[in-house]
Amino acid sequence: MTISTGNSANNQFGESMKPTGRSSDQGPTAEEYMLPSAQPVQLVGPSGEHIHNDRYPLPDGEALLSAYEKLVVGRRINDQANALVRQGRMAVYPSSHGQEACQVAAAVVLEKDDWLFPTYRDTVAVITRGVDPLGVLTLLRGDWHSGYDPYEYKTATQATPLATQLLHAVGVAHAAKLRGENTVVLALCGDGATSEGDFHEALNFAAVFHVPVVFLVQNNEYAISVPLKHQTVAPSLAHKAIGYGMPGERVDGNDLAAMLSVLGKAVDRARDGGGPALVEAHTYRMQAHTNADDPSRYRAQSDVDEWVPKDPITRMRTYLGNLNLLTAEEEQRIAGAAEETASTLRDGLNSEPEINPADLFEYVYTEKTSQLREQAALLADELSREGA
Amino acid sequence: MTDTAVRSGSAEKAAGTTKTGLQPLTFAKALNTALADAMEADPSVIIFGEDVGPLGGVFRITDGLTARFGEERCFDTPLAESGIMGMAVGMAMNGMIPVVEMQFDAFAYPAFEQVVSHVAKMPNRTKGKVKLPLVMRIPYAGGIGGVEHHCDSSESYYVHTPGLTVLAPATVRDAYLMLRDAIRFPDPVVFLEPKKLYWTKETLDLDELRKEADDAATAGSTVGRAVVARSGTDATLIAYGPSVPTALAAAEAAAAEGRSLEVIDVRSLVPFDDETVTASVRRTGRAVVIAEAPGFASVAAEIVARVQERCFNSLAAPVRRVTGFDIPYPAPKLEHFFLPSVDRILDTVDELQWEDA
Ligand SMILES: Cc1ncc(C[n+]2csc(CCOP(=O)(O)OP(=O)(O)O)c2C)c(N)n1
Ligand SMILES: [Mg+2]
Repeated sequence: MTISTGNSANNQFGESMKPTGRSSDQGPTAEEYMLPSAQPVQLVGPSGEHIHNDRYPLPDGEALLSAYEKLVVGRRINDQANALVRQGRMAVYPSSHGQEACQVAAAVVLEKDDWLFPTYRDTVAVITRGVDPLGVLTLLRGDWHSGYDPYEYKTATQATPLATQLLHAVGVAHAAKLRGENTVVLALCGDGATSEGDFHEALNFAAVFHVPVVFLVQNNEYAISVPLKHQTVAPSLAHKAIGYGMPGERVDGNDLAAMLSVLGKAVDRARDGGGPALVEAHTYRMQAHTNADDPSRYRAQSDVDEWVPKDPITRMRTYLGNLNLLTAEEEQRIAGAAEETASTLRDGLNSEPEINPADLFEYVYTEKTSQLREQAALLADELSREGA
Repeated sequence: MTDTAVRSGSAEKAAGTTKTGLQPLTFAKALNTALADAMEADPSVIIFGEDVGPLGGVFRITDGLTARFGEERCFDTPLAESGIMGMAVGMAMNGMIPVVEMQFDAFAYPAFEQVVSHVAKMPNRTKGKVKLPLVMRIPYAGGIGGVEHHCDSSESYYVHTPGLTVLAPATVRDAYLMLRDAIRFPDPVVFLEPKKLYWTKETLDLDELRKEADDAATAGSTVGRAVVARSGTDATLIAYGPSVPTALAAAEAAAAEGRSLEVIDVRSLVPFDDETVTASVRRTGRAVVIAEAPGFASVAAEIVARVQERCFNSLAAPVRRVTGFDIPYPAPKLEHFFLPSVDRILDTVDELQWEDA
């Protein structure tokens, strides 16, 4: 059996290939083209050392420094949001502590007119994309289901029903393609979400319609309490790509440089008409699923401790410091920027937002039905009597 | 989308119809013409689903659309209903008006999560920033001798979901007008097409219909409006979709026995037209609601409650229901026991406490 690879043919986001060739003189085979690297791509190791990779170049120092700043700010956002939950200012927060390299890379590889489709876990990605942090936290503080205009930053609402947003991403890309727009869509999901039917349907639709979507799975090893081995016995999540006829790649999700390089290539390839791709980022959920979770019931602290030395910030700081790209003053400036974001969050969440009960009926339909008009009047009447 | 040459070959008949003046038109052709006219009027209208391309859909509602408008605007998808619905959400977010076909009522269930969690809620979630102008067409209900999974009356699932607009035409004329209105509607519409009516015919002037659909004064007017399908004075039969012809037949039979029954065609399940229904029942003082779906916690149950709440002082008898039994849709040889029939309707009308009048 041969596998058709759609219009264009570039192997893991790089070299061209012959889709059905068997021998090396004909170019790589479909398997070689679509299967991920033998090991997760790593460009900067845990001790901050550069690891050469033929296929994925190291981003330049300036790009790394700029992304590093976002990494530090992202960590601060996670810490601050956790604190706000503890203080009762926010109902719940799914932290991406430890996953910030994935979050930052997902946001910065996109152009302004591209689209990002995030999940509940991806607050840092959404803020990094430029969305007002208070708008982002509206969902989690409980004022409304979403607090920003998806069109302003081409960032969809944070999806809670697992994997459903992947299909929306395909639809946005499909519409863009039909109109001849050069949009790329990056869609996020977790390892657990890859078991959902919508994950399968989204990847298949994306491949069949050959639309520019990059699927990024943050494999943080857990879906609440359930470890990855209960989700799949596939060799890796990235291997699933070949089943849909698209390339898959796996990458060290705690390596900012590798994330930028691999995702950047996938995005470029999609923009050039190369079609969709699947990227699996190996990372780890360092904290509880949310504040409501008790991880001691399903994993040992020693397992978590093993990931501490692999932290995305530490290694990038070492790497950039060794190259003298990150000076003490620069480090201080970045810490200041992170504090500024944190205080924006604190100030915003410490003030009580105006809540308008009439909004309940305002956005169900473009025009209220007669039934909703009656119900709105009923509530308004109750409230006016309460106030009287 | 693959090989155009191979795949567009089979549709030789033109989509829609270009004939003018009075002409016999089937329900199916009226829908097909509405789709073609909507696509002609607005390039962002696109159609996709299972077998809707060269085949024209299993009921031929999309017949000829691929040939006429091209594969980019009417195309087959992989066989996955959640995928179809989810992709429609994204396309609607990004400037398109997707009109998707679910092959049969019961095969729309895999799309349920997308419908309930996103189609219905996205505009609310974003305070109206994201509108989803899309139509989910569903060939629905029974009376066609279909085997299991091909005859469900699934309207209650949709009408119970705030955010969805749910329409069910019962005449050829409404098939055209309501589908045009649905496609132009700013919010997502679940469009229920009674399968057993696909082959019914009316003689209609398409030019007049088109004028009505396009004229600013009348466009959109079918959404949220019930109509009096037959005037009467003694009692009101309230029906929608596949039950409307049955209700009309019952009214005809009752007239022969000297009883004058009004028939209301609800048309728009959401928004529901309390005004038209209430006005009729206040006039007649008696009402029977007719629907194919199982009656428990159903649209019929809701209508009974609404009529009772609003017309209590005008009622001469309890509001009654003739619905499907509370059982899974029966096998073909048993469906006639299940479906509301003229006799069952007349029996119920007979029980409306006439002796007290
Ligand atoms: C369809 C659906 N089923 C169940 C849930 C409840 N739920 C929320 S998050 C979660 C775990 C998801 O794990 P994963 O996809 O790995 O993402 P992570 O939370 O690790 O980022 C579950 C089961 C949900 N949100 N949606
Ligand atoms: Mg996970």
